[in-house]
Amino acid sequence: MDKRAANLKNCVLVAALLPLVFLAVRSYLGELTANPIEYVSQATGWWTLCFLSITLAITPIRKLFKFQWIFPLRRLFGLIAFSYACVHLATWVVLDQFFDFESMLLDIKDRPYITIGMSAFVITSILAYISRKSIRLALGSQRWVHIHRLIYVIAILGVTHFYLIVKRDTTEPLVFAAIIAVLLAARFIARQKK
Amino acid sequence: MKYLLPKIKENEVTSRDLFENRREWLKIMGALSVSSAIAPATLWAAASRKLGPLEKSLYSTSEEATAFKDVTRYNNFYEFGTGKEDPVKFADSLKTDGWKISVGGEVAKPTVFDMDQLLKKFPLEERIYRLRCVEAWSMVIPWVGFPLHKLIQAVEPTGSAKYVEFVTLHDPEQMPGQRSPILEWPYREGLRLDEALHPLTILSVGIFGEVLPNQNGAPIRLVVPWKYGFKSAKSIVQINLTETQPKTAWNLANSREYGFYSNVNPAVNHPRWSQRKERRIGEFRKRETLPFNGYGEWVASLYSGMDLEKFF
Repeated sequence: MDKRAANLKNCVLVAALLPLVFLAVRSYLGELTANPIEYVSQATGWWTLCFLSITLAITPIRKLFKFQWIFPLRRLFGLIAFSYACVHLATWVVLDQFFDFESMLLDIKDRPYITIGMSAFVITSILAYISRKSIRLALGSQRWVHIHRLIYVIAILGVTHFYLIVKRDTTEPLVFAAIIAVLLAARFIARQKK
Repeated sequence: MKYLLPKIKENEVTSRDLFENRREWLKIMGALSVSSAIAPATLWAAASRKLGPLEKSLYSTSEEATAFKDVTRYNNFYEFGTGKEDPVKFADSLKTDGWKISVGGEVAKPTVFDMDQLLKKFPLEERIYRLRCVEAWSMVIPWVGFPLHKLIQAVEPTGSAKYVEFVTLHDPEQMPGQRSPILEWPYREGLRLDEALHPLTILSVGIFGEVLPNQNGAPIRLVVPWKYGFKSAKSIVQINLTETQPKTAWNLANSREYGFYSNVNPAVNHPRWSQRKERRIGEFRKRETLPFNGYGEWVASLYSGMDLEKFF
């Protein structure tokens, strides 16, 4: 692999870990508010959407500025987003529910925002799995690309999940919705142009 | 309903450590500047005046009170921002000096009270209550206050009085959150007259034996422990006896999600999240939510025959 590309990937990876480092520091300092589980849950979810948005922005940026070097970062950011989704889910399973699987299954069934969140996670896991080189080669690039367009579904599900859980102040979910709408529109326009 | 307060044995609800720490805290506050212009928000917002003597109450729970720092740094008070830590940061702009509460409407003796008059007229009690937020977290808070029914009886409601309306201060200068229409301002709440006259319902002027910090709804607020927390209106300036059911802030914001009664009820879910369980602040595992927040033995009779799913 090109040395610069490898260094760039390492920098991105280290930077992507910083939010978790900050959470750990805040935890040590006791600065996770009176409801730390809620705080961590909200923060990890927010970062998942953040990295998902960055992932979706890679291709439009590459096309717009002709930054070919950015291409290898797409998979990396996608996997970082998936990792944060895993941490977000783990927060729910371990900290919030403490392995109460009966309660969790009921929630997945009855609470729309959890149904939506869980669906988004399942699709994300599938995409994370098929991003592996061996699977990609086995599928062939046509099929791989088609399946990977599910990222648009993940983005919409993710923002909806956030919007549904917010009590009243919908500013943040709506900002994410706007960003993702722009990123999806950019792709749609690009495809029309072809 | 007349209730006579029996003499009850000393009930240690806040650990000695906490009280000792707060004495240190007050010493530090005294050593630092007294001027509000210099003292940072968190110090200024902290309680600085002791209230007493306080009568104990049969209605207090024996559960351990939530930590003072959690009670005063984790608040839903949208008048100061929608973040949980916004009120402690921004509530120092609230000026409680010279606060007046006008009590009127369907009453024979409409009166405007100031805080000194209220404190002289109505002996203070310690009421240690559970408070359950609609967001499914809860606390145990040692309130200082007096039963609302004493105030209502003092102004002599007429036969037309069926409800009580509570109005919070409306002043975007002091309450920067009111500059955005996140809720309809001023914040309004309401109770049915029998709920307002119930001995559990109090007007609170303090917590942990001291004057209310701004972020907790200073200088005077409502506490209705068997209902979701948003019913317990803060920083009250008006109390009106009305004939018709009052409009309430959260019901106006979303009538499908926040009803007039909003009794704590694990059997009636919020449309978007479950009310079966709650997180007691300071605890790890979630708890089962109790009907009427555990106050059913005293309040269930108010709702006998009422469909609590319809009147949520």
